[in-house]
Amino acid sequence: MSDGKLVGSYIVPVHPHTVLVPEQNEGWQRLRNAFDDAAQRIKDADADLLIIYSTTWPSIIGHQIQANPNPEWVMVDDDFHDLGSIPYSFNIDEEFAHAWNDANEKRGLKSRTVNYTGFPIDVGSVVALKLLNPDNAIPSVIVSSNVYANRAETTVLAKSCLDVIKATGRKAVAVTAMSLSNRMFTAPIEPKDDRIHSLKDDEWNRKILEFLGEGRLEDVGQLSRTIHRQIRVQKVVAFKPMWWLSGMNENRNNLTGDVLAYEAIHGAGGAVVHLDPKPSGAGDKEYDEDDVDFFHGERNVLDAENENDSFESDAPAQSAQTTSSGAGPALWEPTTGENSVNSQAAPKPVGMYPHARRVGDLLYLSGVGPRQPGTNAIPGGPITDANGNPLEYDIKAQTHAVIDNITRILEEAGGSIDDVLDVTSFLVDMDRDFGGYNEVWAETLGKVGPTRTTLAIRALPTPIAVEMKVIAKAPTSD
Amino acid sequence: MAVLFESWVQPRFRRGNADVDIALKRLACFMTQGEIVAGCLAPHPPHLVYAENPPQNEPVAEGGWEQLRWGYERLRESLKDVEYDAIVLLSPHWQTYVGTHFLGLPNFKSLSVDPVFPNLFRYHYDLNIDVELTSLIHDKAADAGLAVKLMENPDFRVDYGTITTGHMFNPSWDKPLVVISSNRSRDYYSVEVMQEMMIELGKVTRQAIKESGKKVVVLASNSLSHRHFTTESAIPEDMSKEHITSHAMHLWDMRMIEYFRTGQAQRILDEMPEFTEQAIAESDGGGLSWLLSTLDTPTYPATLHGYGTIIGTGNAIVEWPERQHKEVVE
Repeated sequence: MSDGKLVGSYIVPVHPHTVLVPEQNEGWQRLRNAFDDAAQRIKDADADLLIIYSTTWPSIIGHQIQANPNPEWVMVDDDFHDLGSIPYSFNIDEEFAHAWNDANEKRGLKSRTVNYTGFPIDVGSVVALKLLNPDNAIPSVIVSSNVYANRAETTVLAKSCLDVIKATGRKAVAVTAMSLSNRMFTAPIEPKDDRIHSLKDDEWNRKILEFLGEGRLEDVGQLSRTIHRQIRVQKVVAFKPMWWLSGMNENRNNLTGDVLAYEAIHGAGGAVVHLDPKPSGAGDKEYDEDDVDFFHGERNVLDAENENDSFESDAPAQSAQTTSSGAGPALWEPTTGENSVNSQAAPKPVGMYPHARRVGDLLYLSGVGPRQPGTNAIPGGPITDANGNPLEYDIKAQTHAVIDNITRILEEAGGSIDDVLDVTSFLVDMDRDFGGYNEVWAETLGKVGPTRTTLAIRALPTPIAVEMKVIAKAPTSD
Repeated sequence: MAVLFESWVQPRFRRGNADVDIALKRLACFMTQGEIVAGCLAPHPPHLVYAENPPQNEPVAEGGWEQLRWGYERLRESLKDVEYDAIVLLSPHWQTYVGTHFLGLPNFKSLSVDPVFPNLFRYHYDLNIDVELTSLIHDKAADAGLAVKLMENPDFRVDYGTITTGHMFNPSWDKPLVVISSNRSRDYYSVEVMQEMMIELGKVTRQAIKESGKKVVVLASNSLSHRHFTTESAIPEDMSKEHITSHAMHLWDMRMIEYFRTGQAQRILDEMPEFTEQAIAESDGGGLSWLLSTLDTPTYPATLHGYGTIIGTGNAIVEWPERQHKEVVE
């Protein structure tokens, strides 16, 4: 693994005024000056990659990543076409774009690269690249904002990007092209009359900038949904660029923030903000969101047979103890006999048994697979579809998920993963999967040091590739 | 109609020459009055153009979405012998937040690449604008207090919604267009406010068409329910994967279609807020409200030429044959 890292993050406004007519309004000129300042800082940081997450490039089929090495065209804004045209010719890091796409797939995230002559690069990306990278000296990559993506998906998108940055040794700068409040005046105005659309929007913007100035990026991420409801037009779901940028900064709250400018652009809140990864001395995160490593794609709407995964079912329960899980065997409530240990954070059993049972100083766990609690989804994907047709899956993602589930059960018992003494692992395809499984083992349980036996078996009750049977030291009761 | 008009003119003849002049002028105006020959709901998913394999589009398909493409065929057949001068089209994919905009130059020619489905739609277009009619509608909208702007930047790229509907409705592109943007007042305020503005825009569109002396087709380019799949089949035109995203979406689509088929435009307008919210309908762009208002909230049945889903969204091709239901002047 190389020592690639993020050397800075920036938040920049999307509208074309700062490129085309900054001189028409003092505020627009201050934003333009801040762009120029940011460009210099990026150069001084010796960055070798600019990564743009743009809210003005919406997508539906997962996320899209620009992979045309030299996209060229003339951009005209849908609203502000009378301000003029912006010809562009960008230097895209095609190799990084493909690597990011591959990394997304490995983390269970749908994405695709686009490389088409004449593809319309969006206004936010054009403005950001024109002003932050005026001589095209730094290769860049642009990613869309998926209109349906939730926080989990957006976080995984950031993590897979970091995977590639680290693996390729890049010194990357992350940029979100976005407005703060995005309510514009709904009629043309004179440039001199520009101001933030409402006092309420202005107050929210200043609160956001106060947080960012203190380097509290993750706090802004956690306020995203509230901010969206308060000061955003209800179009693109949530204030999601902050989720991505926080993910890119490993959800930290102690960055060094610097608000370079804050002004109105046709009523919307535009700010240029620099977030330096250097710790500011402020307290770090209080991270209470789901820290997702692998996206398990809760939608799957193309597959009618998986609809029960996505929608409430009116079907009657099979018994008082079982629930429907869509495809696959029925799920049971874990039994609650003497010395049983059960966790709400672990997937439900597929039969009548508890998650674990304490006997003397030992804790015996029932076989643990990678299914996710609540959704029953399988990180890395199921190994077969509902008709038994084989599917591509990620054994590493599945193995990680198994170990996460074991951890949750042990924590429920008052212990930890460090208490594991003996593991029997079951693989449905030893030839294909042993290498990946063994790699994850070495990074996790291998460091704890339990004894281990690995067996090849024909099948498991759900479409998973790996299951583990664990004996652990029981935590002392006092 | 003539009898009705005669009864309006006759009393004025008896009051002297001045009245006669005015009446004759009004008569002349009436005789050349413009007319809406049809109004259509004409959705724009780029998949339809992709599946048609026209020479203008770069990607090549093995067909797909035939139910809808045949629906467009039936719509074209229905209007084959109908004379008209221009097409007025509102597309939800030219999204403007600062008022309603109109393409304001005589010709636009370029390559349109769909930013969402670039694998399906890379279309070389060459379309003409009826600038005169555009200006008339624009000016009347401005007079009515709507925020409007003419788009006169020659580098502007026309959105794929306009091009898809334009192509599917009139593949020969032999009629000039009036292209109206989708004002996103729904996003700013509510469906109710959006509808209020679109109804006003519809009224002035109708007025302008009448005053223009032209025969016109009006097209609202939008889907009904609009919840997409978030994954795409390896073969996008694999119809074994195509269906509505949920039962609720189907029920809403059928409810709207029933209103279309039974001439209940007012009920559509009344239920627009619920429909738009619950079916995540593309009526949020204002096209359907504008169309119904332009048609003066028709009470006669529309013709359903086709219905089908595209990547999970519900799409209907519907025609209100306005030419068969001319206004009675009283």
